[in-house]
Amino acid sequence: MSVAENLASQVERPPELRRQWTRGRILGHALVGLWILLGIGLVTYLFGAWNPALFERYLPLYWSGLQVTLALVGASMVIGALLSVPIAYARMSSNRLLNSLAYAYVYFFRGTPLLAQTFLVYYGLGSFRAELDAVGLWTFFRDAWYCGVFAFSLNTAAYQAEILRGAIESVPRGQWEGAESLGLHRLQTMWKVILPQAMIVALRPYGNEFILMVKASAIVAIITVYDLMGETRRAYAQTFDFQTYIWAGLIYLSIVEALRHFVDWVERRITVHLKR
Amino acid sequence: MDSVWTLLSFGPKGWSDDIAYGVLVTISLALATLPIGLVIGFFVAVAKQSSEPSLRMAGNVYTTIFRGLPELLTLFVVFYGGQIAVGQIIRFFSPGTVVEINSFVAGMIALGVVFSSYCSEVFLSAFRAIPAGQYEGGYAIGLSKGQTMRLVVLPQLIRIALPGLANLWLNLLKDTALVSAIGLPDTLRQAGIAARVTKEAFLFFGVACLVFLVLAMISSVGIHAIERKVGSSGVTR
Repeated sequence: MSVAENLASQVERPPELRRQWTRGRILGHALVGLWILLGIGLVTYLFGAWNPALFERYLPLYWSGLQVTLALVGASMVIGALLSVPIAYARMSSNRLLNSLAYAYVYFFRGTPLLAQTFLVYYGLGSFRAELDAVGLWTFFRDAWYCGVFAFSLNTAAYQAEILRGAIESVPRGQWEGAESLGLHRLQTMWKVILPQAMIVALRPYGNEFILMVKASAIVAIITVYDLMGETRRAYAQTFDFQTYIWAGLIYLSIVEALRHFVDWVERRITVHLKR
Repeated sequence: MDSVWTLLSFGPKGWSDDIAYGVLVTISLALATLPIGLVIGFFVAVAKQSSEPSLRMAGNVYTTIFRGLPELLTLFVVFYGGQIAVGQIIRFFSPGTVVEINSFVAGMIALGVVFSSYCSEVFLSAFRAIPAGQYEGGYAIGLSKGQTMRLVVLPQLIRIALPGLANLWLNLLKDTALVSAIGLPDTLRQAGIAARVTKEAFLFFGVACLVFLVLAMISSVGIHAIERKVGSSGVTR
Protein backbone atom coordinates (compact mmCIF):
# COMPACT_ATOMS: atom_id res chain seq x y z
CA MET A 1 0.00 0.00 0.00
CA SER A 2 1.46 3.33 -1.03
CA VAL A 3 1.78 6.23 1.32
CA ALA A 4 -0.62 8.38 -0.68
CA GLU A 5 -3.44 5.81 -0.55
CA ASN A 6 -2.86 5.35 3.12
CA LEU A 7 -3.18 9.06 3.70
CA ALA A 8 -6.28 9.39 1.54
CA SER A 9 -8.19 6.84 3.55
CA GLN A 10 -7.32 8.59 6.79
CA VAL A 11 -8.36 12.09 5.75
CA GLU A 12 -10.79 13.53 8.22
CA ARG A 13 -13.75 15.18 6.56
CA PRO A 14 -16.22 17.46 8.23
CA PRO A 15 -19.45 15.64 9.03
CA GLU A 16 -22.15 15.69 6.33
CA LEU A 17 -24.54 18.56 6.89
CA ARG A 18 -27.98 17.36 7.87
CA ARG A 19 -30.72 18.80 5.66
CA GLN A 20 -32.31 21.31 7.91
CA TRP A 21 -35.96 22.23 8.21
CA THR A 22 -35.62 25.63 6.65
CA ARG A 23 -38.66 27.87 6.18
CA GLY A 24 -38.74 26.98 2.49
CA ARG A 25 -38.74 23.28 3.20
CA ILE A 26 -41.56 23.54 5.75
CA LEU A 27 -43.60 25.67 3.36
CA GLY A 28 -42.93 23.28 0.50
CA HIS A 29 -44.05 20.27 2.50
CA ALA A 30 -47.11 22.15 3.71
CA LEU A 31 -48.07 23.06 0.13
CA VAL A 32 -47.53 19.54 -1.18
CA GLY A 33 -49.58 18.31 1.76
CA LEU A 34 -52.30 20.75 0.78
CA TRP A 35 -52.33 19.43 -2.80
CA ILE A 36 -52.48 15.86 -1.50
CA LEU A 37 -55.36 16.78 0.80
CA LEU A 38 -57.18 18.42 -2.11
CA GLY A 39 -56.57 15.31 -4.20
CA ILE A 40 -57.90 13.06 -1.46
CA GLY A 41 -60.86 15.39 -1.01
CA LEU A 42 -61.61 15.17 -4.73
CA VAL A 43 -61.41 11.38 -4.74
CA THR A 44 -63.63 11.05 -1.66
CA TYR A 45 -66.09 13.52 -3.18
CA LEU A 46 -66.25 11.54 -6.41
CA PHE A 47 -66.51 8.30 -4.43
CA GLY A 48 -69.29 9.66 -2.24
CA ALA A 49 -71.13 11.11 -5.22
CA TRP A 50 -70.84 7.84 -7.14
CA ASN A 51 -74.12 7.31 -8.93
CA PRO A 52 -74.43 4.40 -11.38
CA ALA A 53 -77.60 5.77 -12.92
CA LEU A 54 -75.81 9.00 -13.75
CA PHE A 55 -72.98 7.13 -15.42
CA GLU A 56 -75.28 4.91 -17.39
CA ARG A 57 -77.10 7.94 -18.67
CA TYR A 58 -74.23 10.31 -19.39
CA LEU A 59 -71.19 8.16 -20.15
CA PRO A 60 -72.26 7.57 -23.78
CA LEU A 61 -73.07 11.26 -24.13
CA TYR A 62 -69.64 12.27 -22.80
CA TRP A 63 -68.05 9.79 -25.20
CA SER A 64 -69.86 11.29 -28.17
CA GLY A 65 -68.96 14.76 -26.88
CA LEU A 66 -65.32 13.79 -26.73
CA GLN A 67 -65.49 12.53 -30.30
CA VAL A 68 -67.09 15.80 -31.43
CA THR A 69 -64.34 17.78 -29.68
CA LEU A 70 -61.54 15.73 -31.21
CA ALA A 71 -63.14 15.78 -34.68
CA LEU A 72 -63.59 19.54 -34.47
CA VAL A 73 -60.01 20.17 -33.37
CA GLY A 74 -58.60 17.68 -35.88
CA ALA A 75 -60.55 19.13 -38.80
CA SER A 76 -59.70 22.73 -37.87
CA MET A 77 -56.02 21.94 -37.41
CA VAL A 78 -55.76 20.25 -40.82
CA ILE A 79 -57.72 22.94 -42.68
CA GLY A 80 -55.79 25.61 -40.79
CA ALA A 81 -52.49 24.00 -41.76
CA LEU A 82 -53.50 24.03 -45.43
CA LEU A 83 -54.64 27.67 -45.24
CA SER A 84 -51.53 28.72 -43.35
CA VAL A 85 -49.19 27.88 -46.25
CA PRO A 86 -50.38 30.63 -48.63
CA ILE A 87 -50.69 33.08 -45.72
CA ALA A 88 -47.14 32.41 -44.56
CA TYR A 89 -45.97 32.71 -48.19
CA ALA A 90 -47.72 36.06 -48.50
CA ARG A 91 -46.26 37.22 -45.16
CA MET A 92 -42.74 36.48 -46.41
CA SER A 93 -43.19 37.83 -49.92
CA SER A 94 -41.62 41.14 -50.92
CA ASN A 95 -44.85 42.23 -52.61
CA ARG A 96 -46.12 45.09 -50.42
CA LEU A 97 -49.82 44.49 -51.12
CA LEU A 98 -49.65 40.74 -50.50
CA ASN A 99 -47.58 41.25 -47.38
CA SER A 100 -49.90 43.81 -45.82
CA LEU A 101 -52.99 41.75 -46.65
CA ALA A 102 -51.53 38.74 -44.88
CA TYR A 103 -50.41 40.94 -42.00
CA ALA A 104 -53.94 42.34 -41.61
CA TYR A 105 -55.40 38.81 -41.65
CA VAL A 106 -53.02 37.58 -38.98
CA TYR A 107 -53.47 40.72 -36.89
CA PHE A 108 -57.25 40.47 -36.97
CA PHE A 109 -57.42 36.80 -35.98
CA ARG A 110 -54.75 37.09 -33.31
CA GLY A 111 -56.09 40.36 -31.93
CA THR A 112 -59.72 39.41 -31.36
CA PRO A 113 -61.17 36.73 -29.06
CA LEU A 114 -61.97 33.41 -30.69
CA LEU A 115 -65.39 33.57 -29.04
CA ALA A 116 -66.16 36.86 -30.80
CA GLN A 117 -65.01 35.38 -34.12
CA THR A 118 -67.20 32.34 -33.60
CA PHE A 119 -70.20 34.56 -32.83
CA LEU A 120 -69.43 36.65 -35.89
CA VAL A 121 -69.59 33.54 -38.06
CA TYR A 122 -72.48 31.74 -36.39
CA TYR A 123 -74.83 34.62 -35.60
CA GLY A 124 -73.34 37.32 -37.81
CA LEU A 125 -73.45 35.50 -41.12
CA GLY A 126 -77.16 34.90 -40.48
CA SER A 127 -77.61 38.56 -41.47
CA PHE A 128 -76.70 37.55 -45.01
CA ARG A 129 -79.09 34.68 -45.21
CA ALA A 130 -80.59 35.72 -48.54
CA GLU A 131 -77.21 36.13 -50.18
CA LEU A 132 -75.88 32.87 -48.74
CA ASP A 133 -79.03 31.08 -49.84
CA ALA A 134 -78.50 32.38 -53.35
CA VAL A 135 -75.04 30.82 -53.58
CA GLY A 136 -76.16 27.67 -51.78
CA LEU A 137 -73.95 28.11 -48.73
CA TRP A 138 -76.74 28.62 -46.23
CA THR A 139 -76.98 24.94 -45.32
CA PHE A 140 -73.30 25.10 -44.40
CA PHE A 141 -73.53 28.18 -42.20
CA ARG A 142 -76.80 27.14 -40.59
CA ASP A 143 -75.08 24.27 -38.81
CA ALA A 144 -73.28 25.19 -35.59
CA TRP A 145 -70.64 22.49 -36.03
CA TYR A 146 -69.65 23.73 -39.50
CA CYS A 147 -69.57 27.29 -38.22
CA GLY A 148 -67.28 26.20 -35.40
CA VAL A 149 -64.92 24.43 -37.79
CA PHE A 150 -64.99 27.46 -40.12
CA ALA A 151 -64.14 29.97 -37.37
CA PHE A 152 -61.55 27.73 -35.74
CA SER A 153 -59.83 26.98 -39.05
CA LEU A 154 -59.51 30.65 -39.94
CA ASN A 155 -58.24 31.40 -36.45
CA THR A 156 -55.67 28.64 -36.25
CA ALA A 157 -54.54 29.40 -39.82
CA ALA A 158 -53.38 32.81 -38.62
CA TYR A 159 -51.43 31.32 -35.71
CA GLN A 160 -50.01 28.48 -37.79
CA ALA A 161 -48.92 30.89 -40.51
CA GLU A 162 -46.87 32.77 -37.91
CA ILE A 163 -45.39 29.51 -36.60
CA LEU A 164 -44.48 28.42 -40.12
CA ARG A 165 -42.98 31.80 -40.99
CA GLY A 166 -40.94 31.93 -37.78
CA ALA A 167 -39.64 28.41 -38.32
CA ILE A 168 -38.68 29.01 -41.96
CA GLU A 169 -37.00 32.29 -41.11
CA SER A 170 -35.05 30.59 -38.32
CA VAL A 171 -33.15 28.55 -40.91
CA PRO A 172 -29.95 30.43 -41.75
CA ARG A 173 -29.57 32.10 -45.16
CA GLY A 174 -26.52 29.98 -45.88
CA GLN A 175 -28.76 26.93 -46.23
CA TRP A 176 -30.61 28.61 -49.12
CA GLU A 177 -27.36 29.71 -50.72
CA GLY A 178 -25.77 26.30 -50.30
CA ALA A 179 -28.73 24.59 -51.91
CA GLU A 180 -28.71 27.12 -54.75
CA SER A 181 -25.05 26.53 -55.41
CA LEU A 182 -25.79 22.82 -55.69
CA GLY A 183 -28.28 23.72 -58.41
CA LEU A 184 -31.42 22.80 -56.48
CA HIS A 185 -34.68 24.32 -57.59
CA ARG A 186 -36.38 26.68 -55.09
CA LEU A 187 -39.15 24.18 -54.37
CA GLN A 188 -36.63 21.39 -53.97
CA THR A 189 -34.63 23.57 -51.59
CA MET A 190 -37.73 24.29 -49.58
CA TRP A 191 -38.86 20.68 -49.45
CA LYS A 192 -35.53 18.91 -48.96
CA VAL A 193 -33.35 21.42 -47.14
CA ILE A 194 -35.34 24.12 -45.37
CA LEU A 195 -38.51 22.40 -44.18
CA PRO A 196 -36.82 19.45 -42.43
CA GLN A 197 -34.81 21.91 -40.34
CA ALA A 198 -37.72 24.30 -39.86
CA MET A 199 -40.04 21.55 -38.67
CA ILE A 200 -37.74 20.75 -35.75
CA VAL A 201 -38.10 24.37 -34.62
CA ALA A 202 -41.82 24.36 -35.35
CA LEU A 203 -42.69 21.13 -33.56
CA ARG A 204 -43.09 22.64 -30.10
CA PRO A 205 -45.16 25.66 -31.22
CA TYR A 206 -47.37 23.34 -33.30
CA GLY A 207 -47.86 21.11 -30.27
CA ASN A 208 -48.75 24.15 -28.17
CA GLU A 209 -51.19 25.35 -30.80
CA PHE A 210 -52.85 21.92 -30.82
CA ILE A 211 -53.20 22.01 -27.04
CA LEU A 212 -54.57 25.56 -27.16
CA MET A 213 -57.11 24.45 -29.76
CA VAL A 214 -58.26 21.54 -27.61
CA LYS A 215 -58.78 23.96 -24.74
CA ALA A 216 -60.36 26.65 -26.89
CA SER A 217 -62.73 24.16 -28.51
CA ALA A 218 -64.75 24.23 -25.29
CA ILE A 219 -66.27 27.52 -26.40
CA VAL A 220 -68.28 25.93 -29.21
CA ALA A 221 -70.53 24.72 -26.40
CA ILE A 222 -71.81 28.31 -26.25
CA ILE A 223 -73.02 28.14 -29.87
CA THR A 224 -74.95 24.94 -29.07
CA VAL A 225 -72.50 22.35 -30.36
CA TYR A 226 -72.64 19.31 -28.09
CA ASP A 227 -68.93 18.72 -27.70
CA LEU A 228 -67.44 17.53 -24.40
CA MET A 229 -68.11 20.91 -22.80
CA GLY A 230 -71.59 21.09 -24.31
CA GLU A 231 -72.50 17.66 -22.97
CA THR A 232 -71.14 18.69 -19.59
CA ARG A 233 -73.25 21.82 -19.53
CA ARG A 234 -76.32 19.82 -20.52
CA ALA A 235 -75.64 17.18 -17.88
CA TYR A 236 -75.19 19.86 -15.20
CA ALA A 237 -78.33 21.69 -16.26
CA GLN A 238 -80.34 18.46 -16.00
CA THR A 239 -78.91 17.03 -12.76
CA PHE A 240 -77.35 19.96 -10.88
CA ASP A 241 -74.67 17.45 -9.93
CA PHE A 242 -71.33 19.23 -9.74
CA GLN A 243 -69.34 16.08 -10.45
CA THR A 244 -70.26 16.49 -14.13
CA TYR A 245 -67.82 19.42 -14.31
CA ILE A 246 -65.17 17.56 -12.34
CA TRP A 247 -65.24 14.63 -14.77
CA ALA A 248 -65.01 16.98 -17.74
CA GLY A 249 -62.03 18.68 -16.12
CA LEU A 250 -60.30 15.35 -15.57
CA ILE A 251 -60.88 14.36 -19.21
CA TYR A 252 -59.57 17.65 -20.60
CA LEU A 253 -56.59 17.56 -18.26
CA SER A 254 -55.63 14.05 -19.30
CA ILE A 255 -55.92 14.90 -23.02
CA VAL A 256 -53.72 17.95 -22.61
CA GLU A 257 -51.15 16.12 -20.50
CA ALA A 258 -51.02 13.20 -22.94
CA LEU A 259 -50.48 15.60 -25.84
CA ARG A 260 -47.78 17.48 -23.96
CA HIS A 261 -45.85 14.33 -23.16
CA PHE A 262 -46.29 13.10 -26.72
CA VAL A 263 -44.76 16.31 -28.09
CA ASP A 264 -41.88 16.02 -25.61
CA TRP A 265 -41.28 12.44 -26.70
CA VAL A 266 -41.34 13.30 -30.43
CA GLU A 267 -38.97 16.19 -29.84
CA ARG A 268 -36.53 13.95 -28.01
CA ARG A 269 -36.71 11.46 -30.86
CA ILE A 270 -36.13 13.88 -33.74
CA THR A 271 -33.36 15.88 -32.09
CA VAL A 272 -31.18 12.88 -31.28
CA HIS A 273 -28.68 13.91 -33.98
CA LEU A 274 -28.29 17.37 -32.39
CA LYS A 275 -27.34 16.08 -28.94
CA ARG A 276 -23.68 15.88 -28.05
CA MET B 1 -85.68 50.01 -40.00
CA ASP B 2 -83.11 52.30 -38.52
CA SER B 3 -79.95 53.10 -40.38
CA VAL B 4 -76.59 51.76 -39.30
CA TRP B 5 -75.56 55.16 -37.94
CA THR B 6 -78.69 55.45 -35.78
CA LEU B 7 -77.99 52.02 -34.35
CA LEU B 8 -74.41 52.97 -33.58
CA SER B 9 -75.24 56.35 -32.07
CA PHE B 10 -75.30 57.20 -28.39
CA GLY B 11 -78.95 58.24 -28.48
CA PRO B 12 -82.00 56.37 -27.17
CA LYS B 13 -82.16 54.27 -30.34
CA GLY B 14 -78.41 53.74 -30.52
CA TRP B 15 -76.38 51.08 -28.82
CA SER B 16 -73.03 52.76 -28.43
CA ASP B 17 -73.65 53.71 -24.81
CA ASP B 18 -74.45 50.08 -23.92
CA ILE B 19 -71.39 48.81 -25.74
CA ALA B 20 -69.23 51.50 -24.14
CA TYR B 21 -70.39 50.23 -20.75
CA GLY B 22 -69.38 46.73 -21.84
CA VAL B 23 -65.95 47.97 -22.88
CA LEU B 24 -65.59 49.53 -19.44
CA VAL B 25 -66.42 46.17 -17.82
CA THR B 26 -63.94 44.37 -20.09
CA ILE B 27 -61.14 46.80 -19.29
CA SER B 28 -61.78 46.85 -15.55
CA LEU B 29 -61.94 43.05 -15.40
CA ALA B 30 -58.63 42.76 -17.23
CA LEU B 31 -57.01 45.45 -15.08
CA ALA B 32 -58.33 43.88 -11.86
CA THR B 33 -57.05 40.44 -12.86
CA LEU B 34 -53.59 41.62 -13.88
CA PRO B 35 -52.09 42.37 -10.40
CA ILE B 36 -53.50 39.16 -8.87
CA GLY B 37 -52.12 37.09 -11.71
CA LEU B 38 -48.73 38.78 -11.63
CA VAL B 39 -48.28 38.37 -7.87
CA ILE B 40 -49.40 34.72 -7.75
CA GLY B 41 -47.40 33.98 -10.90
CA PHE B 42 -44.28 35.50 -9.40
CA PHE B 43 -44.51 33.46 -6.20
CA VAL B 44 -45.23 30.27 -8.13
CA ALA B 45 -42.15 30.96 -10.25
CA VAL B 46 -40.05 31.54 -7.11
CA ALA B 47 -41.29 28.18 -5.81
CA LYS B 48 -40.52 26.45 -9.10
CA GLN B 49 -36.92 27.67 -9.27
CA SER B 50 -36.13 26.97 -5.61
CA SER B 51 -33.67 24.26 -4.61
CA GLU B 52 -36.29 22.64 -2.38
CA PRO B 53 -37.92 19.73 -4.28
CA SER B 54 -41.22 19.88 -2.43
CA LEU B 55 -41.69 23.58 -3.31
CA ARG B 56 -40.89 22.85 -6.95
CA MET B 57 -43.42 20.06 -6.98
CA ALA B 58 -46.16 22.20 -5.44
CA GLY B 59 -45.55 24.88 -8.07
CA ASN B 60 -45.53 22.41 -10.94
CA VAL B 61 -48.83 20.87 -9.85
CA TYR B 62 -50.39 24.35 -9.86
CA THR B 63 -49.22 25.12 -13.41
CA THR B 64 -50.12 21.71 -14.76
CA ILE B 65 -53.69 21.94 -13.51
CA PHE B 66 -54.52 25.48 -14.53
CA ARG B 67 -52.71 25.40 -17.85
CA GLY B 68 -54.34 22.10 -18.75
CA LEU B 69 -57.96 23.00 -18.07
CA PRO B 70 -59.89 24.97 -20.68
CA GLU B 71 -60.40 28.57 -19.52
CA LEU B 72 -64.15 28.25 -19.99
CA LEU B 73 -64.28 25.16 -17.79
CA THR B 74 -62.21 26.85 -15.07
CA LEU B 75 -64.63 29.75 -15.21
CA PHE B 76 -67.68 27.49 -14.83
CA VAL B 77 -66.04 25.48 -12.05
CA VAL B 78 -65.24 28.65 -10.13
CA PHE B 79 -68.68 30.15 -10.78
CA TYR B 80 -70.90 27.13 -10.02
CA GLY B 81 -68.51 25.34 -7.66
CA GLY B 82 -67.88 28.55 -5.75
CA GLN B 83 -71.61 29.09 -5.49
CA ILE B 84 -72.11 25.62 -4.02
CA ALA B 85 -69.12 25.81 -1.67
CA VAL B 86 -69.85 29.30 -0.34
CA GLY B 87 -73.54 28.40 -0.11
CA GLN B 88 -72.82 25.37 2.04
CA ILE B 89 -70.56 27.32 4.37
CA ILE B 90 -73.09 30.10 4.81
CA ARG B 91 -76.04 27.73 5.19
CA PHE B 92 -74.10 26.09 8.00
CA PHE B 93 -74.39 29.33 9.96
CA SER B 94 -77.73 30.67 8.75
CA PRO B 95 -79.90 28.11 6.99
CA GLY B 96 -82.17 29.19 4.20
CA THR B 97 -80.04 31.92 2.63
CA VAL B 98 -79.60 31.89 -1.11
CA VAL B 99 -76.09 32.69 -2.29
CA GLU B 100 -75.13 34.06 -5.64
CA ILE B 101 -71.52 34.60 -6.56
CA ASN B 102 -70.73 37.84 -8.30
CA SER B 103 -69.80 36.96 -11.88
CA PHE B 104 -67.16 39.71 -11.91
CA VAL B 105 -65.40 38.13 -8.92
CA ALA B 106 -65.72 34.64 -10.41
CA GLY B 107 -64.24 35.92 -13.68
CA MET B 108 -61.44 37.63 -11.80
CA ILE B 109 -60.52 34.48 -9.87
CA ALA B 110 -60.74 32.14 -12.86
CA LEU B 111 -58.81 34.40 -15.23
CA GLY B 112 -56.37 35.19 -12.42
CA VAL B 113 -55.36 31.59 -11.80
CA VAL B 114 -55.07 30.87 -15.54
CA PHE B 115 -53.04 34.04 -16.09
CA SER B 116 -50.81 33.31 -13.10
CA SER B 117 -49.96 29.80 -14.27
CA TYR B 118 -48.81 31.10 -17.66
CA CYS B 119 -47.15 34.03 -15.94
CA SER B 120 -45.13 31.72 -13.69
CA GLU B 121 -43.62 30.08 -16.78
CA VAL B 122 -42.56 33.46 -18.15
CA PHE B 123 -41.02 34.45 -14.82
CA LEU B 124 -39.35 31.05 -14.50
CA SER B 125 -37.54 31.39 -17.82
CA ALA B 126 -36.55 34.93 -16.84
CA PHE B 127 -35.15 33.61 -13.54
CA ARG B 128 -33.07 31.12 -15.48
CA ALA B 129 -31.64 33.91 -17.62
CA ILE B 130 -30.18 35.63 -14.55
CA PRO B 131 -26.73 34.25 -13.73
CA ALA B 132 -26.00 32.89 -10.25
CA GLY B 133 -23.29 35.51 -9.89
CA GLN B 134 -25.96 38.16 -9.43
CA TYR B 135 -27.24 36.43 -6.29
CA GLU B 136 -23.72 35.72 -5.05
CA GLY B 137 -22.72 39.33 -5.64
CA GLY B 138 -25.73 40.46 -3.65
CA TYR B 139 -24.88 38.18 -0.74
CA ALA B 140 -21.20 39.16 -0.92
CA ILE B 141 -21.95 42.83 -0.27
CA GLY B 142 -24.07 41.82 2.71
CA LEU B 143 -27.60 42.00 1.33
CA SER B 144 -30.15 39.63 2.83
CA LYS B 145 -32.04 37.13 0.67
CA GLY B 146 -35.06 39.39 0.41
CA GLN B 147 -32.98 42.46 -0.37
CA THR B 148 -31.03 40.63 -3.07
CA MET B 149 -34.30 39.53 -4.66
CA ARG B 150 -35.85 42.99 -4.46
CA LEU B 151 -32.88 45.20 -5.33
CA VAL B 152 -30.71 43.06 -7.58
CA VAL B 153 -32.73 40.31 -9.22
CA LEU B 154 -36.21 41.80 -9.63
CA PRO B 155 -35.21 44.84 -11.74
CA GLN B 156 -33.42 42.58 -14.21
CA LEU B 157 -36.18 39.97 -14.07
CA ILE B 158 -38.88 42.41 -15.11
CA ARG B 159 -36.80 43.61 -18.04
CA ILE B 160 -36.31 40.07 -19.32
CA ALA B 161 -39.88 38.98 -18.65
CA LEU B 162 -41.54 42.03 -20.18
CA PRO B 163 -42.06 40.76 -23.76
CA GLY B 164 -43.58 37.52 -22.44
CA LEU B 165 -45.80 39.38 -20.00
CA ALA B 166 -46.96 41.70 -22.78
CA ASN B 167 -48.11 38.66 -24.74
CA LEU B 168 -49.96 37.33 -21.72
CA TRP B 169 -51.69 40.67 -21.22
CA LEU B 170 -53.01 40.55 -24.80
CA ASN B 171 -54.22 36.99 -24.16
CA LEU B 172 -55.90 38.08 -20.92
CA LEU B 173 -57.71 40.86 -22.76
CA LYS B 174 -59.10 38.33 -25.21
CA ASP B 175 -59.95 35.80 -22.50
CA THR B 176 -62.16 38.32 -20.73
CA ALA B 177 -64.66 37.72 -23.54
CA LEU B 178 -65.40 34.34 -21.95
CA VAL B 179 -67.10 35.93 -18.92
CA SER B 180 -70.00 36.84 -21.19
CA ALA B 181 -70.92 33.14 -20.83
CA ILE B 182 -71.61 33.56 -17.11
CA GLY B 183 -73.66 36.67 -17.59
CA LEU B 184 -71.26 39.52 -16.95
CA PRO B 185 -72.26 42.42 -19.24
CA ASP B 186 -68.91 42.77 -20.99
CA THR B 187 -68.32 43.98 -24.54
CA LEU B 188 -69.29 40.75 -26.21
CA ARG B 189 -72.46 40.24 -24.16
CA GLN B 190 -73.64 43.79 -24.75
CA ALA B 191 -72.97 43.36 -28.46
CA GLY B 192 -74.93 40.11 -28.33
CA ILE B 193 -77.92 41.83 -26.72
CA ALA B 194 -77.79 44.59 -29.32
CA ALA B 195 -77.58 41.95 -32.06
CA ARG B 196 -80.60 40.08 -30.75
CA VAL B 197 -82.76 43.18 -30.37
CA THR B 198 -81.88 44.85 -33.66
CA LYS B 199 -81.33 41.68 -35.73
CA GLU B 200 -78.08 43.19 -37.00
CA ALA B 201 -75.81 40.44 -35.69
CA PHE B 202 -72.97 40.90 -38.16
CA LEU B 203 -72.77 44.62 -37.48
CA PHE B 204 -72.64 44.34 -33.71
CA PHE B 205 -70.33 41.34 -33.44
CA GLY B 206 -68.13 43.11 -35.99
CA VAL B 207 -68.12 46.14 -33.69
CA ALA B 208 -67.18 43.89 -30.75
CA CYS B 209 -64.25 42.48 -32.73
CA LEU B 210 -63.14 45.99 -33.65
CA VAL B 211 -63.31 47.03 -30.00
CA PHE B 212 -60.98 44.19 -29.05
CA LEU B 213 -58.66 45.07 -31.94
CA VAL B 214 -58.51 48.69 -30.80
CA LEU B 215 -57.83 47.60 -27.21
CA ALA B 216 -54.99 45.39 -28.48
CA MET B 217 -53.54 48.29 -30.48
CA ILE B 218 -53.72 50.66 -27.50
CA SER B 219 -52.04 47.99 -25.38
CA SER B 220 -49.25 47.58 -27.92
CA VAL B 221 -48.58 51.32 -27.81
CA GLY B 222 -48.57 51.24 -24.00
CA ILE B 223 -46.28 48.21 -23.91
CA HIS B 224 -43.82 49.91 -26.27
CA ALA B 225 -43.79 52.94 -23.99
CA ILE B 226 -43.07 50.78 -20.93
CA GLU B 227 -40.36 48.87 -22.79
CA ARG B 228 -38.67 52.09 -23.77
CA LYS B 229 -38.89 53.32 -20.20
CA VAL B 230 -37.25 50.28 -18.62
CA GLY B 231 -34.78 50.06 -21.50
CA SER B 232 -35.82 46.55 -22.39
CA SER B 233 -34.90 46.96 -26.03
CA GLY B 234 -31.44 48.22 -25.09
CA VAL B 235 -30.50 45.05 -23.24
CA THR B 236 -28.93 42.52 -25.54
CA ARG B 237 -27.91 39.50 -23.60
